[in-house]
Amino acid sequence: MIEFSEVSKTYAASNGPSVTNLSLTIGDGVFQILAGPSGCGKTTTLNMLNRLIERDAGTIRIDGRDIRDEDPVALRRRIGYAFQEAGLFPHMTVSENIAITPRLLGWNTLEQRARVDELLTLIRLPDIARRFPRELSGGQRQRVALARALAARPKILLLDEPFGALDPLTRDELADDYRRIHDELHLTTVMVTHDMTEALLLGDRIAVMRDGTIAQIGTPQELMANPADDFVARMIATPQRRAKRLAAAMGENAP
Amino acid sequence: MNASIREAWALLPDYLGQHVLLSVAAILLGAAISLPLAIFAARRPRWRGPFLGFASVLQTIPALALLALFYPILLALSALTHDVFGFGVPSLGFLPALLALTLYSMLPMLRNTVTALIEIDSAVLMAAKGVGMTSRQSLRLIELPLAAPVIVAGIRTSAVWVVGTATLSTPIGQTSLGNYIFTGLQTENWILVLFGCVSAALLALVLDQLLALAASGLARRAPKRIAAAAIGLIVVVAASLLPLRSAQMQTYVIGAKNFAEQYILADVIADRLMSAGMPSSQKSDLGSTFAFRALATNGIDIYVDYSGTLWANQMHRTDMPGRDAMLAQLHDWLKAEHGVEMVGPLGFENAYVFAMRSDRAQELHIESLADLAVHSRELKIGGDFEIFSRPEWKSVQQAYGLAFATQRQYQPDFLYRAVQQGDVDVISAFSSDGRIAEYDLKILADPKSALPPYDAVLLLAPNHADALRTALAPLVHSISLENMQRANLMVDRPDGKKTPAEAAAWLATTIDAPSPPH
Repeated sequence: MIEFSEVSKTYAASNGPSVTNLSLTIGDGVFQILAGPSGCGKTTTLNMLNRLIERDAGTIRIDGRDIRDEDPVALRRRIGYAFQEAGLFPHMTVSENIAITPRLLGWNTLEQRARVDELLTLIRLPDIARRFPRELSGGQRQRVALARALAARPKILLLDEPFGALDPLTRDELADDYRRIHDELHLTTVMVTHDMTEALLLGDRIAVMRDGTIAQIGTPQELMANPADDFVARMIATPQRRAKRLAAAMGENAP
Repeated sequence: MNASIREAWALLPDYLGQHVLLSVAAILLGAAISLPLAIFAARRPRWRGPFLGFASVLQTIPALALLALFYPILLALSALTHDVFGFGVPSLGFLPALLALTLYSMLPMLRNTVTALIEIDSAVLMAAKGVGMTSRQSLRLIELPLAAPVIVAGIRTSAVWVVGTATLSTPIGQTSLGNYIFTGLQTENWILVLFGCVSAALLALVLDQLLALAASGLARRAPKRIAAAAIGLIVVVAASLLPLRSAQMQTYVIGAKNFAEQYILADVIADRLMSAGMPSSQKSDLGSTFAFRALATNGIDIYVDYSGTLWANQMHRTDMPGRDAMLAQLHDWLKAEHGVEMVGPLGFENAYVFAMRSDRAQELHIESLADLAVHSRELKIGGDFEIFSRPEWKSVQQAYGLAFATQRQYQPDFLYRAVQQGDVDVISAFSSDGRIAEYDLKILADPKSALPPYDAVLLLAPNHADALRTALAPLVHSISLENMQRANLMVDRPDGKKTPAEAAAWLATTIDAPSPPH
């Protein structure tokens, strides 16, 4: 269980989007989405959870324990993180990238190698262990980033726009794969996206953010049925309109 | 093969070995200081400016001046450590050269490392933190490997600078490939100068290419390339240093100042020692006071100096007690003050004199320095690098009231050209120089004895005086002025040049000939 209570982070001028008095509870095994336009504070919120950014006020607890009482390095090693645009280390091979957190945790080489093989199978890229990131396609890089985030068997995963900048086909495939992994491993996932369609299709619960606060929080169904205000309504208008058009098109062309 | 080239080849193992040892030590020490400083500065923007600024300022100091500066600094430091710890540090030779070159090597390494570290993609640094690295792990596993190609490029620039600049360490008593250049310049032996330039350039080129290979290996993450470069570097350095190791047995070091007579006498002494079964090596092109300081501190074991020079520069005396009294007092003073043993005079004098073209002197009716004083305000004087700052010059100026229209300084060789071509009217010269006769110059008389006698005297360092005295005693009173002039001219004359070693061999035959009874 992850609990944000009245968390604030204030930045001077343009150093980053601020967050104000944010409260949010994420249950175990939940796929939680933080959605909103750029600059709404969703990545700031995500990064406060593994202390890449330190909060100014409020408390954040994981399983009842304030994360400020834990060593930040140890905290980050037990929370998986897949970065925007992959963030792979360019001078390390795929297998070195994936094994990095286990290596930092002191696993022996045999354990590391076994874990890399297991993950490469999981992300369905068994033959790329010795390649460098620059030799991979965008979709392959994102898969490797997910594998790296999963490597040390974390219970919690943070994903920052993990499927951004990919072609639609790859993106859907990867998103479905990840959702399957999330369910199989009983993970708690917090994912940041600005794409409302993706949010509605993937998430168990969605927090729609605006200017550093949460505009509405709920399941996809709740958001669709009862948008809290005009902002949320506008946010979900596009996916709804698309869905109607698609349905109409499918109806006309139905075999 | 030409005798000069043969001689140059024979010296190559020693010169190259010393040059490589000095350069590699300076680069490694420079890297050991610059890299941690750069890592520190990269993480603290406030320190970056001052660090890079300091290194840049060091770079603007002329290399020769930086090298020369370490002599007085180490001299002062030596006095301090002597008082506090009871031992001194060497102020000549390897140590000052190493320190100056180390400072000189730092800028490219510092600048490249700082730049490489601060330009690493911030997303990669964020990822390193995010996967759970401490800041030390991020530096070791991510930042340094990513910066490595640029850092090696900085080391490469430093290496080329240091190898080139190391040639300037010769005048402060460190043997290097610069010995070819300085000796060649002094004796107008351009083959030797060229040999020095080419060998230093080749060394720089080889190191540069090997480091380039290492940098490209690091950039492309090609371990074979990196290994090849590392092996190449090790082979080059080891092969250069190997001859030094075999020369590690007990040898005596003969010092020489920077002119032909000194090179010839050093070779004469070396031959003497060789026939007594005592191997020796030479440190040539030492500055005048460097040579004495090196001898007094056992940096060199033997060299020839001149009584008047020691009288004025070391004892700071301006009185003239007469030749024999002066030699006796000098002998006692050297022993008492520095433990230096003066074995005795070699038999000839190499005095500071002033000379003019004979036709010009006749035209102006100048015979002596007193006559010169009448015309000096309309005349131009040329001197070597030392004369105008020496006490003898002041004493001559005062005695005769000399004041010239212009005053210029030249390399000794160019000095003779200058007076012959009429660029200057009067030059300072040395009485044993064969070129005085060759160029038909008139030596001006010194009726007031403002200049002291300059008997060539053989000096031994405190540590090895006993071992060397017997072998070298036969040289005392064995070289006539005429023979020394002839030997000097062999090396100094523009055409039909001989090497100092050849001139020394000829001079040795005149020493071994039974001397006429007195």
